[in-house]
This record gives sequence, structure tokens and C-alpha cells, in this order.
Amino acid sequence: MTEPKLNAVGQSIQRRDGLGHVTGKTIYVDDIKFPDTLHLKMVRSPVPHALIKGIDFSEAEKVPGFVRALTHEDVPNNIYTILKLIGVGPDEEPVLAEDRVRYQGEQIAAIVAESPEAALEAAGKVQLDLEELPAVFDVEEALKPGAPILKEWGTNYFVYEGHHCRRVRYGDVEQGFTEADYIIEGRYQTSPIEHAPTETTGCLVKPEANGRYTVYTNTQALFFSLDNSALILNLPFNKLHFVGGTVGGGFGGKVDVIVEPIAILAAMKTGHPVRYVFMRDEEMRVSSTRGAWRMYYKDGVMADGRIVARQVTSYADAGAYNRHTPYAVTKHAANVAGPYNIPNVHIDAHCVYTNRQPGSAMRGFGVTPASFALEVQMDKIAETIGMDPWAIRFVNAYRNGDIKPHRKEVEDATLIETMQAAAELVGHPLPEEYKAMHSNDREGGNHG
Amino acid sequence: MPAKIVSFNLNGRETEVMIQPMTTVQNLLREQLGYTATKVGCRQGGCGSCTVLVDGEPMAACLLPVENIAGKEVTTLEGITPDHGLHPLQEAFFENFATQCGYCTPGMLIVSKALLDRNPQPTRDQIIDALSGNVCRCTGYEPIIQAVQNAAQRMNGHQGE
Repeated sequence: MTEPKLNAVGQSIQRRDGLGHVTGKTIYVDDIKFPDTLHLKMVRSPVPHALIKGIDFSEAEKVPGFVRALTHEDVPNNIYTILKLIGVGPDEEPVLAEDRVRYQGEQIAAIVAESPEAALEAAGKVQLDLEELPAVFDVEEALKPGAPILKEWGTNYFVYEGHHCRRVRYGDVEQGFTEADYIIEGRYQTSPIEHAPTETTGCLVKPEANGRYTVYTNTQALFFSLDNSALILNLPFNKLHFVGGTVGGGFGGKVDVIVEPIAILAAMKTGHPVRYVFMRDEEMRVSSTRGAWRMYYKDGVMADGRIVARQVTSYADAGAYNRHTPYAVTKHAANVAGPYNIPNVHIDAHCVYTNRQPGSAMRGFGVTPASFALEVQMDKIAETIGMDPWAIRFVNAYRNGDIKPHRKEVEDATLIETMQAAAELVGHPLPEEYKAMHSNDREGGNHG
Repeated sequence: MPAKIVSFNLNGRETEVMIQPMTTVQNLLREQLGYTATKVGCRQGGCGSCTVLVDGEPMAACLLPVENIAGKEVTTLEGITPDHGLHPLQEAFFENFATQCGYCTPGMLIVSKALLDRNPQPTRDQIIDALSGNVCRCTGYEPIIQAVQNAAQRMNGHQGE
């Protein structure tokens, strides 16, 4: 057999965009300039939870350079949810707040002006009449009776196919706990993380002579943003031309559809190019974070290290709105038991709303907090039963042919090989029995 | 307030601009003159992505009033880039994969230029110290440090030894 000719594998190939980057010739959104551009700044909620009783623009309108304000009444389909394009519902987030705000920094009204300074000054002069409401900032508090309710459907959780959480049921955990030599429990909490891209989120919208709008944007989700914007603005998709791909740092922080719909609307209403770029403090305080997660593990473990039952109850803090969290919770539920072969698993993963800045996508979102919790839990198991932390993972490692708790057959396991390689790299001696293991050593799978 | 006229040298060209008082060098370069290699990251002197050289010293253009550069020499990344080809620092950044999203790259190159101009053979610690005011949120610091080391070798004629 002739060796295949490899053009890329094993070669060092220069980045296509590298020369642009080192010469400063790469054009980012904020580098694009058009004459007569207007600038959009946002009036935001100063409090985490309130009813909006009134908005007074009279002082803002007096600022030299003020062009116009936009409120929810200007947005054709004001209530949306980003993942509606993949069937997630119901719609629950306003583009601009209507009668209520649910997190500090929520968008209430847009100010369009001739300069960024004028827009900012005018936005600061908008008088908000707010009636503050009790707020909830903790996922478990949010699920207790009497908690302030954020959603029109009367609860603070996303509904998964009629259930209050994403459930995974596999085997019988109670039976597993009865048989186990040890019961080992752990509570794990992660904090929100801001992506903090060096280039802040933003877009520039230009009305074209042919009736279309060209949207220069640094979104990570170009067509997702186009489709959502068209649905929000009640426009045929072909009226929007999105131009992007050059992103000055994203990491998941630029997949939500936040700046484009309102900037396109402002361009439609004014007939001018409109720029809406987050300031650094907006990027930090308002843009989606990696949400916070709380996870409770209860494991039944045999004296030889085998985990025979694992029960996980977890709570994702979505903040005030869905963004990508309902999807993150489903991914989380599929991964939170870990790359281990456990015969009895019970998972309840909740997507919970609080009055916090919305959480959303970030690098493996949903799975990364699970990996943190479950691997600390594995160490805790090893320590409790007096076993080597490497051994506990080899003993339980999944292999090809195993069935994961959500009924997915494992087809591409490399955990054993990865651990073997890692042990060698760090100079950790492994017993022969672990060195001899491989991911294909289950004859026909172990679940029949 | 009445506009002011300020004269300075930009990338070797004598330049005269009319500005509102307290306009930043960042805004002048990007909005008035179209030099967009100088980036906008934080507008508060925290990220280093807008760094320019003023008489050879790296400064945050977002905190620098245009009045302060009167009569001085300002150098941006556009001014470092040769008409044809690349500056050795640019070559080293390009060939050593010292860019990811590219947004911090102009600022990184400017502070590296200032470093090598005053210290042609910096130690690794001196390079890290020089870069310490510049944020690379892709966290690609190691290839950037290596690129500066590599550029120093090239500029001292040690390339290929």
C-alpha cells in the first residue's frame, strides 16, 4: 500500500491572517468608517429587578447631536430567544425591556446620536421611573417557594419536555447505593467568568442603495445572528448582508445576538450607518458570562474502587434569560457522570433563572464545570477509600462499546491511552495491569 | 471650546491637525487620520492595545491628549512596517505563530520595538517585563516572548547561527 501524500499533517503552515495581524492591516469592525455614521448607546437598568413605570426622554432630546431614541415599541418582534433556530422555546427575552427589567444592565432604550459622546450624554439624561422588586441571586433560592418569579410561565426554571430539569435515568441508583461499600458526597460551585475579549462586542450597519443592510460585525455566529436579526425585525433574510469572521477575541462571548438587531433597527429608522460597539465596562458588566454552576455528587463506591452508582443534581445559573444555557444544561447532563463506566446513574440538571447578568457560551460551556466537579470528586473518592487517584480512574474508565447513561454507545474512547501517555510524560510509574489496558478491550461491550 | 492646531511628526511625515481640546491620540489616529493599526481595547490604559511610540517611548494612546505630542515624533505600527516586506519583529511574530486573534498584536509589536531599540539583547525576564502592560486574552504569551527573542537574534545578525 502506498503511503498517502500528506500536505498539511506534519507541516508547519502559516496562518492565512498572520500577515494582516503583524502589519495592522487586518480590518476589525471598529476600523471600518463611513461618513454620516450615527452612534448608538444604551440606556440600561441600574437595578437587578424592577417594574418600568415610565421613561422620560425630554432632557436627553436637548443634548446637541441627539437624533432619536428607540424603545421596545419600535422593535417588530421584541421577544425572542436566541436558540429558537434550533427549536428552543418559548421566546422569553426582550430586545429592549418592556414593563420590567430582570438584571442590572439590561437594555431599556437605545439612544442614537451624531457622536459617541453625545449618545452617551443623552443616554445619561434619560429619566427612568422604576419600581424596584425583590431580586434573587442564588439558584437554589430561586427554586424555593416565595422566590421572586422571573418568567411569564410562573417558575424560575426552563422546562425540558414537561420536566423541571434535564433528567437522565440509567439503572437503579438506590440499589447501587445499597450495595456500595462507601457513599461519598461532594458539593461543587463555580463562579461566573467574563470572556473579556480585547476587542469589545460591536457592529456597524450600513443602509445600501438596493434596500439591503450590510452588517459588519465581530459576532462568532454570523448566520445565526443574521437569522435571529431578521426574525426580530420582521425582515426577509435577503435584506440582510452580514460581513464578519474577523473577531478580536471571542471565546464564546460573541455568539449571543445582542448588538446587531438594535443597530439594524436604528439604521432602518434613521437611514444612516449606525455603530453600536460595547464600551469596556459594558463588556464586563453586561455581556454574557460563562454562567455559574452548582453541582452535588453522591457516589456509591465498592472497596475495589468501582463506582456502582452516581447521582448528580446540578443547577446552572442562566442569569435572567436563556441565551445558550438551556442547551448547555443538556450537554452538561450528557457529560456530568464523566468518562466512566457506571451501571447506575441518576442526573437532574436544572436551568435556573436569577436576577444576574445572563450566562451563555464559553469554551465547552456546560461540560467544563462538570469536568471540574467530577474530577475533584474522583480525587475525593480515591482519598476516602485509600486508593491511588490514577488507579480509581483506570478502574472506572469507559471503553469502546460501553453505554453512557444517556444511552450513547462509546465509540471513540481514548481515556485510557491519554492517561497512559500523561503518566509517562509526568514520570508517574503505572502498574503493569494499567499499562496493558486499552480502549478496545471490552469484548463486544459489557452491556450485552 | 475652540479647536486647536497641533503639529507633530507621524511616522516620519510632518503632520498638522485641527482638534478639539483633549482629543486623545487614539481618536485622532483612528477617527481623524485613518490609522487603525492602533487598536481600541479599554480606553483606560489597561490593555496596551493602543500603544504608540512618542519620541521612542511606548505610551497608551487612549490616555494621551493630542496637545502632549506637539513637536514630537509619533510612531504607529504603520510606521514600523517597511514599504516592502516586514520588519524583523514582524517576521518573527509571523513565523513564530505569535498571533491568534491579532487584536493585541500591534501593541505587542510597538512595546517590543521600544524594548529592542533601547536594549538589543534583552533577557527573557526583561522581555516579560516590557510586555507586562499588554493583554493577550487569547493567552498566547509564550510564542510572543519567543518571537521577541527571535527578533533580537535576527536584528543582531545571529539569525541561523
